[in-house]
Amino acid sequence: MILFFILASLSVAFSLLVVLRRNVVHCAMALAATLFLVAVLFVTLDAPMLGVLQVLVYAGAIMILILFVIMLLNPAALETRPAAWRILGALGAAALCVELAVLFFYRPASLSAPTAPAGFGGVEAVAESLFTGFVLPFEVASVLLLVAIIGAVALGKRGG
Amino acid sequence: MAPLHYYLALGAVLFAIGVAGVVIRRDIIVILMSIELMLNAVNLTFIAFARFLVSLDGQVIVFFVMTVAAAEAVVGLAIIISVFRHRQTLDPAEMTLLKW
Repeated sequence: MILFFILASLSVAFSLLVVLRRNVVHCAMALAATLFLVAVLFVTLDAPMLGVLQVLVYAGAIMILILFVIMLLNPAALETRPAAWRILGALGAAALCVELAVLFFYRPASLSAPTAPAGFGGVEAVAESLFTGFVLPFEVASVLLLVAIIGAVALGKRGG
Repeated sequence: MAPLHYYLALGAVLFAIGVAGVVIRRDIIVILMSIELMLNAVNLTFIAFARFLVSLDGQVIVFFVMTVAAAEAVVGLAIIISVFRHRQTLDPAEMTLLKW
């Protein structure tokens, strides 16, 4: 419980930094920290494999990619939008947040955590589910990744 | 372990912060990062439901969300680089070629 509050407050603080910092590199580092904290939250929710994947794929691959693009483009820090936009964004986010939170707190029954079976969320259990019930989406995801690779190469090619 | 709705509320807060980032920032890279933040908030709710319903389906769907997010980041960043080469800007307000 205490662990959850520490992780939750830290992840909210870092995600606020993502939105509010002017410097893009600071935003990227704050996002990496947020992704790490969410990975730890995954582990506390008995999803160790997804936690590891989160660190590898998100905090590793995607953040490196974003940092490389920032480094290549070296953009000047842009101003945030005018005050009207900022107020609109803050109000909209607050309204959305309150709405979702209210929805979640009007739950039909109190869901306290049932005990998970041994090996829940481990590599074996996730892989078994992935390769039996979800094998068609798995194949579709592989095609999607192939298309994304080809698209990225075609877009990134000079003069392409 | 904290109750389920604590995790859902945290997911809601993170998602709302991501939405705010998309609305208030003008830097398209930060907008992309805010979208990643929103995807992560949804992943957190998926994992929380998977744990509290003792079903692995949520975790498998998070796996697919990660795949799609990786593809989206790769193609999105390639488009950003391509646009930056032509326009020398990252401000989406100046990318008006397709605007009527």
